Amino acid sequence: MFPFSFEWHWDMSHIVFMGGLWYAICIMALGVNYVLGKSFMQTIKGDSGHGHDDHGHDGHGEHH
Amino acid sequence: MEAAYQKLVRLESQLHPEGVQRAPLWQFVLWLGFFGTVLLWGVYAMFLCWFKGLNQTNMNDYYGFALWIWADLAVIAVGGGAFFTGLLRYVIGKDPLKYIINYAVLIGFICYSSALLILAIDIGQPLRGWFIFWHANVHSMLTEVAFCLSCYFGVLCIEYIPLVLENRKLDEIPFFHHTAHNFHEVMAIFAATGAFLSFFHQGSLGGVAGVLFGRPFAYRPEFYIWPTTFFLFTWSAAACGPCFTILVTKITEAITRKKLVKDNVVELLAKIAGWMLLTYSIAKIADTLYWGFVMLPKHGLQITDFYTNASLIYTKLGGVPWILLIEILCSVIPALILVSKKGRQSKPALVVAVLLGSMCAMINRWVMVLQVMAAPIMTFDQFALYFPSWQELATTVLPVAYGVILISLSHRYLPVFPQERELNPV
Amino acid sequence: MGETQGHGHQEGNGHAQGSKYGMVIDLDKCTGCGACMVACMAENNVPTKPDETNKLDTITWMRVFKLSNGKAFPEAETCYLPRPCMHCGGKHDAGHSPCVSVCPATATDYSYKTGIVSQIYTRCFGCRYCMGACPYKARYFNWWDPKFPADMKEYLSPDVSVRMRGIVEKCSFCFHRYQRAMDRAFYEGRELEEHEYQTACTQACPAGAITFGDLNNERHMVHKVVNDKHEGHAVLQGRKPFRLLEELDTNPKVYYLSARDWVVKAGNASLRETSPADKKPSGGHH
Repeated sequence: MFPFSFEWHWDMSHIVFMGGLWYAICIMALGVNYVLGKSFMQTIKGDSGHGHDDHGHDGHGEHH
Repeated sequence: MEAAYQKLVRLESQLHPEGVQRAPLWQFVLWLGFFGTVLLWGVYAMFLCWFKGLNQTNMNDYYGFALWIWADLAVIAVGGGAFFTGLLRYVIGKDPLKYIINYAVLIGFICYSSALLILAIDIGQPLRGWFIFWHANVHSMLTEVAFCLSCYFGVLCIEYIPLVLENRKLDEIPFFHHTAHNFHEVMAIFAATGAFLSFFHQGSLGGVAGVLFGRPFAYRPEFYIWPTTFFLFTWSAAACGPCFTILVTKITEAITRKKLVKDNVVELLAKIAGWMLLTYSIAKIADTLYWGFVMLPKHGLQITDFYTNASLIYTKLGGVPWILLIEILCSVIPALILVSKKGRQSKPALVVAVLLGSMCAMINRWVMVLQVMAAPIMTFDQFALYFPSWQELATTVLPVAYGVILISLSHRYLPVFPQERELNPV
Repeated sequence: MGETQGHGHQEGNGHAQGSKYGMVIDLDKCTGCGACMVACMAENNVPTKPDETNKLDTITWMRVFKLSNGKAFPEAETCYLPRPCMHCGGKHDAGHSPCVSVCPATATDYSYKTGIVSQIYTRCFGCRYCMGACPYKARYFNWWDPKFPADMKEYLSPDVSVRMRGIVEKCSFCFHRYQRAMDRAFYEGRELEEHEYQTACTQACPAGAITFGDLNNERHMVHKVVNDKHEGHAVLQGRKPFRLLEELDTNPKVYYLSARDWVVKAGNASLRETSPADKKPSGGHH
């Protein structure tokens, strides 16, 4: 899983497989951090958020 | 006593989504109690397996993969509705599906969390489960399954969390409200990542059986670096997953006695599932023919070896490969119903079609797990019988009870169905 | 046959091929006494159960199958077929064994130095994928904690670790004997002799039906038998060595010998004359 574990070889299989894996994990981690960070900033700014329009998540719940 | 109960009811009702009606609290508690008991039974069996070992099961050296692995593959296949609906909604832009995506995500979440739990029970040394990540053999299909499955479960959590945060009371907390809103804004990225991961884990689950060159019943010739089962599994999950989503939606509507999703939404998903099933059934038949009449003879075998062999149960049924036939019929019949407008619009036909469509994946996974194990390979080897122990049955029922409970809680407290208020004015 | 390579031969996959340990089992000599099974269990600390009648969950690294030609008296014939782990090399001996290629945690490995398929007990987490992959059913799962009758504990071999519950184990070609013999040879600064590394089953067989050695070493009997260079030893007597399920490309290292046609045909489905349902020899566990 990591280059320092002894099974690791710098070969095509490891680069493609682990590359894909770490790519997906990075996207998820960045996405979650972006959302949490943005939400935190909005909360600090005191934006209640209940006034904004609902585009983008109209399918996800009821009206806010 | 009565007053206290009424107060509790009032407090509890404040957690319900606005403008919808829910069953009385006592009824809900009874319902939860029943499934909770079943859940506890499963949990007891699960702990027996963890503490006493897999000797609690009836698995043996001939059936190293048995009921659990089938259940695992089956829930992952029917849980494929989450990634495929997400792909259609967020990436391809099928907008009406936004009214069913929440439920697809919830079903997917239940299926995948169950699958991970089953895997944790199934391994002989559960405390070493992390070895599959740490000491990963990148050439093993199971490694690919473990990585993609775990990551995709992370995606499902990300997709499910905003729904939880939209609970009426939680939504009042600004941070949660912002978080739910912001998650929705970037959901397309997560949906695309989920589709990417799902393609690989659904496929690699197919690959688990398909690469077994020592097992000619399962082995499929490689298509580039993957066996054909890799693609067939992904394809069938994308075809049968939405069928299961519709099926569970219809069951939920029947139990709650409410219409929860508009027909046009269900029909759109059904139509896509129908075309996926139709193409899948053609691919599956082609693959079976190629396997039976080209691949097997290369290995000195005949297709009849697996269907008329005296050691197999087929003899008693006149040598008819009935499981194979049912599997193929379960893809062809629902496909034909769902691609026709009339079929989709007739409620009984739709329900039959999505039921058969869900069964299609389940039977296919059964064949690719249990029949693979059952078929003797050495010419002098014998057919062995396997029947699961109560511990295996209980731990297999556990996810069903868990799923019912999570759906019930989500439906009661979360705005799972955006069209519910409009369809059922209070 | 004839796929053996000389010492140091560079394989197509880039791995230098050293020794390739293998076995030749003369089925016409095997009486089915089961001494190989007993020796194997004693040598390798294989645990026992109070009731071993259920062979589906009993560990037998070496298992003797009983084959019958399915004919009535007086044509009825029986053959006993000992089946250890085949230590498959996969296509071109590239180490792509059915089990090694699927293990998700690298708990089983193929040695290019010896051709032996190893099992790392402390690495295996018991997913049993390798068992599903092995067509010879040579892999066994520890369904129970290992238990030995009190007195037998004194007899456990200190060279072989006892395996814990929940993991897979299998025949290792008595690898600890190889290590021991290699240590001595290395200390004395010489090459390993054929007789120095022999498996427990080979030595225990009272009929001398099992021959073990390096398939790559021209001086070893297994090499001579497999390559039909027995130089007056009259081992083959017109018989051709065959392997089980050769057509699956597992490339096993265990060869069998038999003058009986039906036994040879039982080794591979492709050798059948007609419909498999009619001609299949009946089998059983010994």
